[in-house]
Amino acid sequence: MSLAIDQNALTARLAKAERRGKIRAFLLVAPLLAFVLLSFVIPIANLVTQAFYGDLVSSNMPKTTAELATWNGTMPVPESLCESFVTEFKAAKVKDAALPTRIATLVNREFSGSLSKLRPVANNELSAPYCGALAKLNDEWTKPEIWNAIKIVSPSVSPRFFGSIRPETEENKIHLALFGRTLYVAAAVTLFCALLGFPIGFLLAHLPARTSNLLMIIVLLPFWTSLLVRTTAWIALLQQNGVINDTLVALGLIADDQRPVMMYNMFATFVAMTHVLLPFMILPLYSVMTGIKPNFVRAARSLGATPFTAFWRVYFPLTIPGLGAGCLLVFILAIGYYITPALVGGQSGQLISNIIAFHMQKTLNWPLASAIGTLLLAGVLLLYWLYNRLVGIEKMKFA
Amino acid sequence: MAASHSADAGFVRFEAVEKTYDGINLVVKSLNLSIGRGEFLTMLGPSGSGKTTTLMMLAGFESATSGEIYLDGERINNIPPHKRGLGMVFQNYALFPHMSIAENIAFPLQVRHLGKAEIAERVRKALDMVQMSGLDARKPAQLSGGQQQRIALARALVFEPKLLLMDEPLGALDKQLREHMQYEIKHLHERLGITIVYVTHDQSEALTMSDRIAVFNDGIIQQLAAPADLYEKPDNSFVAQFIGENNRIAGRVVSITNGKARIDAKGGTFDALAVKCTAGQSTSVSIRPERVSIDPVQADIVFDARIEEVIYLGDHIRIRVSVLGSDEFVVKTPNQNNQRKFNSGDTLRIGWAVEDGRALDA
Repeated sequence: MSLAIDQNALTARLAKAERRGKIRAFLLVAPLLAFVLLSFVIPIANLVTQAFYGDLVSSNMPKTTAELATWNGTMPVPESLCESFVTEFKAAKVKDAALPTRIATLVNREFSGSLSKLRPVANNELSAPYCGALAKLNDEWTKPEIWNAIKIVSPSVSPRFFGSIRPETEENKIHLALFGRTLYVAAAVTLFCALLGFPIGFLLAHLPARTSNLLMIIVLLPFWTSLLVRTTAWIALLQQNGVINDTLVALGLIADDQRPVMMYNMFATFVAMTHVLLPFMILPLYSVMTGIKPNFVRAARSLGATPFTAFWRVYFPLTIPGLGAGCLLVFILAIGYYITPALVGGQSGQLISNIIAFHMQKTLNWPLASAIGTLLLAGVLLLYWLYNRLVGIEKMKFA
Repeated sequence: MAASHSADAGFVRFEAVEKTYDGINLVVKSLNLSIGRGEFLTMLGPSGSGKTTTLMMLAGFESATSGEIYLDGERINNIPPHKRGLGMVFQNYALFPHMSIAENIAFPLQVRHLGKAEIAERVRKALDMVQMSGLDARKPAQLSGGQQQRIALARALVFEPKLLLMDEPLGALDKQLREHMQYEIKHLHERLGITIVYVTHDQSEALTMSDRIAVFNDGIIQQLAAPADLYEKPDNSFVAQFIGENNRIAGRVVSITNGKARIDAKGGTFDALAVKCTAGQSTSVSIRPERVSIDPVQADIVFDARIEEVIYLGDHIRIRVSVLGSDEFVVKTPNQNNQRKFNSGDTLRIGWAVEDGRALDA
């Protein structure tokens, strides 16, 4: 009994003794924690909610939203729906003159041409029966499409923005095609980086320290110059009258009027992205390769393996953690790459991130941009999960 | 007749082998070494003595700068490692971490394209041989050091190599396990009759296991002899110093008569076996501590020594004394019942036989 009390007292004393240290530790990381929260967690949470959540209709037209939720899509729509829609839509104009247009734009994205049908509702005097008044304004109001469009945009929480990626309209097909192209480019760049990075990593890991340090500086050199400078350098190299084309012409390898197009296309995107992302492949590979003792390959050779067998069955499997980390890193970075394809990619070299930027800056369809961004994030998380299943995150070595 | 004899005695032969990495310093200097079939030969020496380089040349991972290396009568200088058919056990075992135990042992058989059934059978036998049956599916990291050591042995032996090379294989084990494994390797050698070339810097390991020991220093074999000869009859002061505990007395050779050298040391003159010394030159006399007796009843050489330090070691007592100009002279005495008391500062009468003092190079 007394022992138990002593025990509790001891635990309390320990907690008291450690409290100071804990508080100090927390205060030390607090600025970083706040920074990460502000600059990372909150924006991503915001992005994900943007992709699902939009209360423009539901907050301004609550009755319409409720009635549409119960409407089963049959025509004609009930009079009560027409009434609440017309009164709330007019009320919205009173609240804020721009509101009807904003709502109409939203509907218009779901059903093209809705803008011109919705605007008159706010601008004209309408009286009961409202369904009839709407039909008089425009014939479309007697058809289900426009009501369906309003129904789609009315709930505050819905996956409707992901619908923009369904390949039903021409515009939506572009999204899907760009997703496909982005995955293809990211996979190809990852492959190029792996093919180029593996021998370089091997060389760095097995040269004498002096030489390998010098070469490592060359590998890291791109990190010390701005991404824009590096990308612009590729423009200078690859363009029609660029260094490479001029050299090829000067050497007489190609005719002056047959300069190959190497700029503002997919090729330029491949070259520039591979160059920019190569260090991310080399560093983890180098780190893993320096840890592989020469005795493993020697043991394989002494046991009767040819140099190739020793490499393929013993050395290569041991580099998998580094190769996996490098591929994951390069692929994830490539899938969201923006500046380089925007500058050198031209029309055929644009990636999904360029479309996100387009929707952010030009069409101002932020929910759609968020939805595409969320899909990208989900894809990356899926990859990460897959990598964890196949290789194991704990085995990953970055540097 | 002579040829077949030489193939057995010279199963492995190094002829005037030299090795340099930088073109300036020779790591191995004109090495001549002949290893018999079935022999357990240990290359012993401090680090940088050339023993590992010699082993690597034999395994094919280093090329000889000059000279010839023969295995079973065949010159192997230009044969790549995987065609030499040598088993090798590495420092830290070098078990492939991404393969299971069974896969590790099957590896040399797989690269030789043996049938599945035969591989399974031989893996099982190899695991039996090292008493590790039932661990097939484990990964090397899940085994203890001693277990990994056994698997490395099984892997190196499973393809029945002509020769087994071992590069400090017990270095990573703790003392007790190391001693246990020494006996196991020795017994395996006796059972299989395989030729083993073993590299170590641990002299007790070398003494326990080997048929013959080649003591390396400075790229040269200082002495090649059976363990007992190496310990009791060192050829030079490096070997005397490197193997076992040794007392050195510096002196000058006055004269040599009948193989006995008269040594003039600081504080006395005495006789010693003339092994490697010339009259008129300075010498270093080697005397093993256990050959020195205290209060000798009859001894050829007797001196008074001053006790500097007494160290109690349980089963015996070490007494460091100063005698003949050396204050590092150690005497060992067994810990017995009616032990006399030793106090530092006291004078102790010590003695030894002429044959126990070996006059070597200074």
